[in-house]
Amino acid sequence: MRQATGRAGLLRRSLPGGAAAALVLVAAAAFAAENFPPPEFSRPYQFPAPTTPSPRAMAFAYVDMAVLLVALCLAAYLALRTRSRQGLVGLALFSLFYFGFYRQGCICSVGAIQNVALAAANGQYALPLVAGVFFILPLLFALFFGRVFCASVCPLGVVQEIVMLRPVKVRPWLDSALGLVPYVYLGVGVLFAAIGSRFVICEADPFIVFYRRGGPMWVVLFGVGMLVLSTFVGRPYCRYLCPYGALLRLVAPLSQWRLRITPGECINCHLCADACPYGAIKAPNLESTAAQKAESRRRLRWLLVGLPFMVGFGAWALHAAAPTLAGVHPTVQLAVRVWQEERGLVQGKTDESEAFDRLGIPAAELHRQALDIHGQFSRWSWVLGAWLGLAFGIRMISLSVLRHRREYQIDMAACVACGRCYSACPVGREQAPSEDLSESGIG
Amino acid sequence: MAGNKDRPKDGRLSRRELLVSGLRTAGVFAATGGLVALASRSDAESTVWQIDPAKCTACGKCATECVLKPSAVRCVHEHEICGYCELCFGYYIDQRVDDAEAAENQRCPTGAIIRSFVEEPYYQYTVDESRCIGCGICVEGCQMFGNGSLILQIRHDRCVNCNQCAIADACPAQAVVRVPAGSPYLLRTKK
Repeated sequence: MRQATGRAGLLRRSLPGGAAAALVLVAAAAFAAENFPPPEFSRPYQFPAPTTPSPRAMAFAYVDMAVLLVALCLAAYLALRTRSRQGLVGLALFSLFYFGFYRQGCICSVGAIQNVALAAANGQYALPLVAGVFFILPLLFALFFGRVFCASVCPLGVVQEIVMLRPVKVRPWLDSALGLVPYVYLGVGVLFAAIGSRFVICEADPFIVFYRRGGPMWVVLFGVGMLVLSTFVGRPYCRYLCPYGALLRLVAPLSQWRLRITPGECINCHLCADACPYGAIKAPNLESTAAQKAESRRRLRWLLVGLPFMVGFGAWALHAAAPTLAGVHPTVQLAVRVWQEERGLVQGKTDESEAFDRLGIPAAELHRQALDIHGQFSRWSWVLGAWLGLAFGIRMISLSVLRHRREYQIDMAACVACGRCYSACPVGREQAPSEDLSESGIG
Repeated sequence: MAGNKDRPKDGRLSRRELLVSGLRTAGVFAATGGLVALASRSDAESTVWQIDPAKCTACGKCATECVLKPSAVRCVHEHEICGYCELCFGYYIDQRVDDAEAAENQRCPTGAIIRSFVEEPYYQYTVDESRCIGCGICVEGCQMFGNGSLILQIRHDRCVNCNQCAIADACPAQAVVRVPAGSPYLLRTKK
């Protein structure tokens, strides 16, 4: 807006009205052309060349990768070996200051999903080493040690961990339903990164506004809301939004070394389950009747039969939503705006349409680009929808299958290795039975 | 009974354990293999952000949207295509009293453009990068009336290369693009 008024103001003062309008046209046409020939100096003259300092961000990359590796090793050691909640909180504070306030929350593993997606979809874009390492290391650690990354390394996780005051229990049905959102978010984030080369997961990162002490107003409001929510709901972003958490959930149940709640023999006192703010501790169920088993098998059969239908429905539903998704892409938005302006459906200009006018690109070219993007969204929405259907189906199956537990056990998918249950367990180390610990609890 | 089924006493793995460890090994190989393949593609290069001067409309958002304060964007002067005008519209405001180099006559809000005499009637304009805030007010004047030799560029000695550039989100002309890290500047004179 500043440009328009400034330019008009200048010309109105220096020239009569009609000439001013003519000059605006001339100026617009000659945009960025060489209006004045380069001078011919009488004496030898050396043109100062613009300096081109090389990227400095690359140097940080190696430090970041090293810090990530060390922090993950330390988190795994603290969570599994020393079982120290204080140690995990200390490491979380370090991560909050290093990955959060010092590195301003960038690069992070959550956003690195998009780099991987973009590199996979676009041959011209090479995956930066640092993004690749940030994407893969926490997943590899989850394969062996569970979600120790979430515990005290992730800058998004630790801020929620630290502000938590009095967590309420989220009802299981609500927890399961909201737990599907991360899969949707993951799918949409990957779709946008792959097609639009727009990183929506980064744009909507609620906590980065605190690390950078600024940001767009809607993100600030979202961030403040999330932070307030985090004081009484355990890690709302991690559980109900985080797309990287969705990946970790899939991987963590395969982990080789698992966290154990009690150092000794479980006395089934329920204190650990009360202490867990994330609903990640499952109560024992020994008395399952034959009728319950039969019911469980019947449910599993139905769900397995229904899985292809869920996948199909997901694909269809997302395909139907593809035009809406494409509408978020800036090029599509611009094309719609220009089309509306051409037909006089809207008054005035936006910054975007004004910039487009100045570039002098024909509107037909813009519309061609927009249609192309539209087509890509339309094609990829099948894949995205099928993935969402699959994620929904698998969640339903995992909920319905009856599992035997002789004692309180950690659900590795949901556990973020915060270590609260360690201190809640009344069984001391000295009470540990003499036999091999690992044999007592698996049933 | 269930315990016996899951963990046979003779030390062999149970079916479930075998499946899990198989999946885990497959996961490790798939993940590392896939990433190495993506990262080592020869035809692609890792990227940094840069402003394409051909698309830039000098809207001024570079100065305000960058996560760095002041912004990583600075004005760069490509002297080779400069007209060395005595009356530079990147330097002077439109309604000045005379051609004195007084602050109230200058476009630049921080006085970052230094005007020095070369020979009659040519003047050289140099950007003092330590003062520049990347607002693009001079760039706008030069684009409209001059040769467009003043351009905005992301200075990579300052840029932290955010995964998603905040200026790229806000840029109305979609002028902030990813460029290969090996050639991180988009100058008009560079072919």
